[in-house]
Amino acid sequence: MPTDTRLAGPALHLADSLWQDAAVKFGNTAGAVLGFVGLLLAVFFAAGRATGRFSRPLAIVLMLGPAIVLLLTGLVVPLLRTVVLSFLDADSAKFVGGKNYGWALTSSPIHGVLLNTLLWLVIAPLAATGLGLALALMVDRMRGQAIYKSLIFMPMAVSLVAASIVFKLVYESRGAGQNQVGLLSQLAVALGWDDPPNWILSQPLNNFLLMAVLVWVQTGFAMVVLSAAIKAIPDEITEAARLDGATGLRLFRHVTVPMIRTTLVVVLTTIMIITLKAFDIVRTMTGGNFGTQVLANEMYSQSFEQYNYGRGSALAVILFLAVAPLVVYNIALLRKERATR
Amino acid sequence: MTTPVTTGRRRLLAVPAVLALALTAACSNSSSSGGGSGSSAAALTGDCAKYQAYAGHSGTKVSMYASILAPESDSLEKSWADFSSCTGIKIDYEGSNDFESQLPVRVAGGNAPDLAIIPQPGLLAQMVKSGKVVKPPQQTVDQENKWSPIWKTYGSVNGTFYAAPMSANMKSLVWYSPKAFKAAGYEVPKTWADLMALSDKIARAGAMKPWCGGIGSGTATGWPATDWLEEVVLGSYGGDVYDQWVSHKVKFSDEKITTAMKTVADWMQNPAWVNAGFGDVKSIATTTFQDAGTPILQNKCGMLQQASFYRAQWPKGTDIGPDGDIFAFRLPAVNPQVTSPVEGGGEFAAAFSDRPEVQAVQNYLSSSDWASSRVKVSPGWVSANQGVDKSLYTDPIDKLSADALTDPAATFRFDGSDLMPAAIGAGAEWKALTAWFAEGQSIQKTAADIDAAWPQ
Repeated sequence: MPTDTRLAGPALHLADSLWQDAAVKFGNTAGAVLGFVGLLLAVFFAAGRATGRFSRPLAIVLMLGPAIVLLLTGLVVPLLRTVVLSFLDADSAKFVGGKNYGWALTSSPIHGVLLNTLLWLVIAPLAATGLGLALALMVDRMRGQAIYKSLIFMPMAVSLVAASIVFKLVYESRGAGQNQVGLLSQLAVALGWDDPPNWILSQPLNNFLLMAVLVWVQTGFAMVVLSAAIKAIPDEITEAARLDGATGLRLFRHVTVPMIRTTLVVVLTTIMIITLKAFDIVRTMTGGNFGTQVLANEMYSQSFEQYNYGRGSALAVILFLAVAPLVVYNIALLRKERATR
Repeated sequence: MTTPVTTGRRRLLAVPAVLALALTAACSNSSSSGGGSGSSAAALTGDCAKYQAYAGHSGTKVSMYASILAPESDSLEKSWADFSSCTGIKIDYEGSNDFESQLPVRVAGGNAPDLAIIPQPGLLAQMVKSGKVVKPPQQTVDQENKWSPIWKTYGSVNGTFYAAPMSANMKSLVWYSPKAFKAAGYEVPKTWADLMALSDKIARAGAMKPWCGGIGSGTATGWPATDWLEEVVLGSYGGDVYDQWVSHKVKFSDEKITTAMKTVADWMQNPAWVNAGFGDVKSIATTTFQDAGTPILQNKCGMLQQASFYRAQWPKGTDIGPDGDIFAFRLPAVNPQVTSPVEGGGEFAAAFSDRPEVQAVQNYLSSSDWASSRVKVSPGWVSANQGVDKSLYTDPIDKLSADALTDPAATFRFDGSDLMPAAIGAGAEWKALTAWFAEGQSIQKTAADIDAAWPQ
């Protein structure tokens, strides 16, 4: 008997607190949204009534203000703080000068990490863009291209973590003489290779197997953007080139590629930026083991698993310095393109 | 790029959220004091009488943050539901699988929970260093005598006691199939020599490999290998050398530790002994620890060294017991001179506030009463508290673990990688031991790599 009452008590209590929790949370959200809208209305009302020489500066402050506040709190302040942290020790208590940078650039495990990151940076974007371009050219000539394009584009909808889990199963390996459960090993066996290696352990092949995930996800993006650019080439130009006798590869090299050059570079740099930040693939598939570690994952591990904020921040700054020129170049190119149109 | 934007927006929303809170607080307050036991001075009666010591804080709220997720966290909440409804102290539990990385961030950001359940003494030490952890009330300190004294040192930092243990798990277990052992005429080994002889016998018989293993665990890949090394160090040299090793007075490259690594290599890196169902020795690095035991059920492997919490990995319906499909025996000491070595883990409740209601919860959670209440809710949870009646444990693995963990004669030590600095215990040691298994890296280089990464 006592057991019965004890069980009923907590259950009721739990249900009660759950509803109460939900009510509080809902109230919070609704209150926050209403409060925010009210605040905006009040500000805009005040701004609308302002006249004379204050109206213009006020408008500028109101329009730019939120963006500047968000940029400052979300980007500039954290960036400065990270730079400061990178000169402090693990607990952010003592100034250690360039020691963290010294560690990042001289310790041998980090050399492997930098090398891997460089490999990723060069190979994955080139492969994804090249494959995307080839597919764009081929699929554009096929009937029912919308279907093929949707299929190829679909991996874009999959998160990198989900894609990594899928590929992890593809690369799964079992010892000789046992049923292979991974697709790749099974294919190898079907082709007559009795004892395929444990793919994820095979260095340096495993780095490329990991890159394949990013290529699989990003190729669709490259294809769709490049295909649109190819279609935007005015017919007169291709026609003129054809009349001049250009066909096939020559037409592609001397007409198509120059005409879509800016798009090509934008696609390439965009994927490069994604690559530099891509730590989900490595994190999910190997956890940075077996010689596959990259900068972004090492940064996370140093900061949030080993609690060395100094080293983590130094790596973050290095990563930022590597990405920044790409972003600047990308924006400059887009501006130039916009200006010429 | 996305995170900064969200933080920014959250800050913008903070002002109206406070307004909203003020509005809703009125109704939530009234409802909880209505459900509580009324005025604080009133004596608790009936079923509630046993909570008298915690009375007087009705209508208060204590926030708790931990890494424990549902369904485990549901059992926790049930275990203190009576306490909450009798005393009127509401415990606001929040579980997160980012607990280890988020707790330091929240504490540094001035947003610390009232109580945090910390599974690593190393993280506890780091939190204490932040200066935000408050010392427990006297009653919690007094209740420590129910644990073997070594537990108190694991809840202490630099000799000051901060956090009382909550749950405990037993790591020195070997999982096996009693049915398969019986069919083949094998006996549960009592000594390390017996265990090695049995392994050899199983390997020679050829029907299955003696051992399975898996150290894959996402970003934490390598931790089961650290456990194997810890078991062997503790079982070879006893608690003193183990303590010195954990504090780096004995280095990894010390002959004692490299000898222990050799013992691990002879055991878990013996190609004739491991890893049926998955592949060769290297496949241990790519097999997840969760999967590692499955070949035992298929009679492909004989044994798996894994902790008591591995119980949850067996498929539903597996008969777990001394005569069932699966059971476990205690890993014997490598050196018979070391009396019953037990490696284990556990969780500690650290407080970031000394409000009276927080202390009341702390006192309750450190009592044998709470531990017994949690044991009654559901199996798969063990306390090292000696005041818990052993007959409450319904599960044979829980019973086995509880016996070992509360045994006053046992040489109990906490999981070493949780005690070492995070740069080692959650970094270099995992990485280096994984490379040792996956890449056949030498013992010397493995040990040297870990020593080199030890924070100065």
